[in-house]
Amino acid sequence: MAEEVKLFKTFSTTFGLRVVQALKLKGIEYEAIDEDLSNKSPLLLHYNPVYKKVPVLVHSGKPISESLVILEYIDETWKQNPILPEDPFERARERFWAKFNDEKLLPTIWGVFIKEGKDREEAMAGSVENLKFVEEELKGKKFFGGDKIGLADLVFGWLGNLMGILEEVSGLKIVDERYPLLLAWMKEFSEHPVIKDTWPAHDKMIIRQHLQALLTRTGGIFLCNLS
Amino acid sequence: MEEVKVLGSWPSPYGFRVQWALELKGVEYEYVDKDLFNKSDMLLKYNPVHKKIPVLVHNGKPIAESVVILEYIEETWPQHPLLPKDPYERAMARFWINFLDNKDKVAPFVTFFIGLGEEHKKAAEEVKELLKIYEEQVLGEKKYFGGEEIGMLDLAMGWMAASFGVIEEIVDVRILDGETFPRLHAWIQNFRANPVIKNNLPDHD
Repeated sequence: MAEEVKLFKTFSTTFGLRVVQALKLKGIEYEAIDEDLSNKSPLLLHYNPVYKKVPVLVHSGKPISESLVILEYIDETWKQNPILPEDPFERARERFWAKFNDEKLLPTIWGVFIKEGKDREEAMAGSVENLKFVEEELKGKKFFGGDKIGLADLVFGWLGNLMGILEEVSGLKIVDERYPLLLAWMKEFSEHPVIKDTWPAHDKMIIRQHLQALLTRTGGIFLCNLS
Repeated sequence: MEEVKVLGSWPSPYGFRVQWALELKGVEYEYVDKDLFNKSDMLLKYNPVHKKIPVLVHNGKPIAESVVILEYIEETWPQHPLLPKDPYERAMARFWINFLDNKDKVAPFVTFFIGLGEEHKKAAEEVKELLKIYEEQVLGEKKYFGGEEIGMLDLAMGWMAASFGVIEEIVDVRILDGETFPRLHAWIQNFRANPVIKNNLPDHD
């Protein structure tokens, strides 16, 4: 009996991309539904009434939201190519860094791009400190997961693609030669055979970020920034 | 011989979650209060990234972030499971723990406690709305958030059973009463009555 797997996302959502990559790593077939967040479908609202956001995974009619919760669900449901290791301490390590990205690294770096003046300086200082921790964590490893891609790699994955785009659009360089291990990882991850075809079209992303930067500066409405 | 230490700080609810988990599973541990040691040394050593409690140290290896610790405890000591077996049910438990720990969902409770005037009133309304969600959508007809037994979500919600009554007394505003929130009210009584939890509640004063 064919299992029905659907993924609600947008073409560019950072949080949705992690789920796309996890499904691809495990060879799971699914139907992708790209939403227009300015005009959310009734189905999305039905499946995620609490947050009304993407991504949402629907497996045999049952919806799961929040990307980290989805990733754990995927790993527990489809056991091939695990994205979490077996050892509890190593699993804790991956979860810790996943949280770190979402709660600390991503917001501070995003702050550099959307804030100005003193706020931007603060965000930059925070980013530098946070990036130092990430660089340290990569010592002696090819991926955050060790020899192969794991949960933390998928979560940090936006650095491998979106970061370059944001730097290109803004003219700011954040991940520079101070972080050689991180730069090496970014290349390794983004060019990984399973990952490299999952990135959204470069040109489309550049246009999108220019538009968002314009909207921010002119005080326009900022829709889900990372979606 | 396993060595388990919990670095906490009374009355942090995040620290309590970790202690309750260990107690329910019958794991012996040593509790070390942050105020009893030099923050810059011990926390820097065990949690250099966040410099916060709680931290679990198991045979010398530190784990930080309460939710990460709870998952570690669950995987290392499988007795008295805190998560259901079914992946979908597990996902639901994780989803709601994530929801209740979200900054935006914690803030109204904090403002309810320490805010004044209009700010406090607004927070009280927001708290009521959140309690409604927990009562109707999350707890529903169940005895505990985990079903028949206390689970991880109960531990995450546990601060409410331990401290919300005290907060209401201090601000002199009653929200969580048996009439408006009968299920939550019953859950609080059941949670507090559990023999393990009963012995590990922050003192009333």
